[in-house]
Amino acid sequence: MTAFERFLETFFKAELIAATAPKIVSGMGMTLLIAGLVVATGVALGLLLAGLRSYRIAPVSAPIVIFADILRAMPPLVLILIVYFGLPNVGVTLSGFAVLWLVLSLVLAAFAEEIFWAGITSIRKGQWDAARATGLSYTATLIWVILPQAVRLTVPPLVNRTIAITKNTALGTVIGVPEILNQATTAVSFSGNATPLMMGAVAYLVIFIPVVMIGRMIERRLAWKRA
Amino acid sequence: MDEKPLLSATGVTKRFGGLPVLHGIDFSVRQGEMVFIIGPSGSGKSTFLRCCNRLEEPDAGQIVFDGVDILGKGVDINAMRQRIGMVFQAFNLYPHLSALGNVTLALRKVVGKSKAEAEAIGRAALERVGLSEKVAAMPGTLSGGQQQRVAIARALALDPRLVLFDEPTSALDPELVGSVLAVMRDLKQRGMTMVVVSHEMRFAREAADRVVFMEAGRIVEQGPPAQLFEAPREARTREFLSRMMA
Ligand SMILES: Nc1ncnc2c1ncn2[C@@H]1O[C@H](COP(=O)(O)OP(=O)(O)OP(=O)(O)O)[C@@H](O)[C@H]1O
Ligand SMILES: [Mg+2]
Repeated sequence: MTAFERFLETFFKAELIAATAPKIVSGMGMTLLIAGLVVATGVALGLLLAGLRSYRIAPVSAPIVIFADILRAMPPLVLILIVYFGLPNVGVTLSGFAVLWLVLSLVLAAFAEEIFWAGITSIRKGQWDAARATGLSYTATLIWVILPQAVRLTVPPLVNRTIAITKNTALGTVIGVPEILNQATTAVSFSGNATPLMMGAVAYLVIFIPVVMIGRMIERRLAWKRA
Repeated sequence: MDEKPLLSATGVTKRFGGLPVLHGIDFSVRQGEMVFIIGPSGSGKSTFLRCCNRLEEPDAGQIVFDGVDILGKGVDINAMRQRIGMVFQAFNLYPHLSALGNVTLALRKVVGKSKAEAEAIGRAALERVGLSEKVAAMPGTLSGGQQQRVAIARALALDPRLVLFDEPTSALDPELVGSVLAVMRDLKQRGMTMVVVSHEMRFAREAADRVVFMEAGRIVEQGPPAQLFEAPREARTREFLSRMMA
């Protein structure tokens, strides 16, 4: 057996590819489902928190800032383990799926809140003045004038951060969520061959390269001529 | 011209932190009157103008607009602001909305007009400032003069009783100033009540019914333009005018 054949045998073993493919595909479905849920929940919650913070009411802003700082500082894996293994001790038992969704959504919300907040504060005060002077309320100004501009400014960092956090769906493997990596490592332990891991890697690329491309498309579509 | 003031301010006082900026301003505008406020930089002109629609909150004093004390408790300031238009030095157009979108936003979201109604009013307002062709243009594609006229249309679309202008031409290239002044002249002809903070002395002399000179948070002197420019009573006014004309 030549070195090249040994390489193929280890990482691209044909029979194993055929046998593992259905598992990897089902893992992709799970990864996509969680990623989609995390993006929707995390970005929406982040936007809501940044919007609330913009009212500058101390008892509201302070907990938001503390929440965002803690969740951004903590490694997501630590949070996942604490919630998964810790909560049952106080009588709350969540499935691995729910824990992964919850923790990653909160982490994304923390980052998204900071990104949206930076966007909101970077909008010139004249925009507030102009809108308020026409009789728009604070909330209407926030919704119709400030956020549309802030969101456009924040798309590039937000897309990057969102991709980084949704890739953390792979952490679900440690709490038994049958996503791509979990399926791949299970197959590896049965076969003793690295081929399923290669398939997992390809599966991540199949999911995330289009996501990166869609992100770039959104960036381009949201650009407008600056005044 | 009606004798009853449309807006009258009494004893308006404002400080920023420790810095006193307005020391008891008494000021009024009658229906249909065009009043210019002139004065050195930092004298409080913008601050006073912004008190007139409560973009700044005065510390003391009273401002009555159309019979309503707008500083009073329980006043629906958003309703009052629909009747008090404001035009800014930096235009402050919404960059994510077209010219028509800028002009119709408050009609849609504050007045509650339907899209069709708001757009009809918006088109008419843009036509009034000579921009019928720019209805769909984004602000970033417009010249400064065009942007400022969109901003004026945005104020006019709400059918205000009074329009406040804060240095509407100061950010414009000289060759674009004329188009904005032309719109303001037209407004005056149609009887719009206007308070204008401006350094355009020639325009003030030509168009104003009354000129107010402010310095260091106080109104030093006011009168018809001919009197104020030709025969100012106060030494400080003379000094300011000689600097401006130099
Ligand atoms: N938001 C603010 N916070 C603190 N100080 C302010 C604020 N706005 C204005 N000031 C101060 O109040 C004073 C009056 O400012 P204002 O803008 O009213 O002057 P102005 O007469 O409009 O001057 P200009 O001709 O330069 O526009 C200035 O000393 C200014 O620095
Ligand atoms: Mg000013």
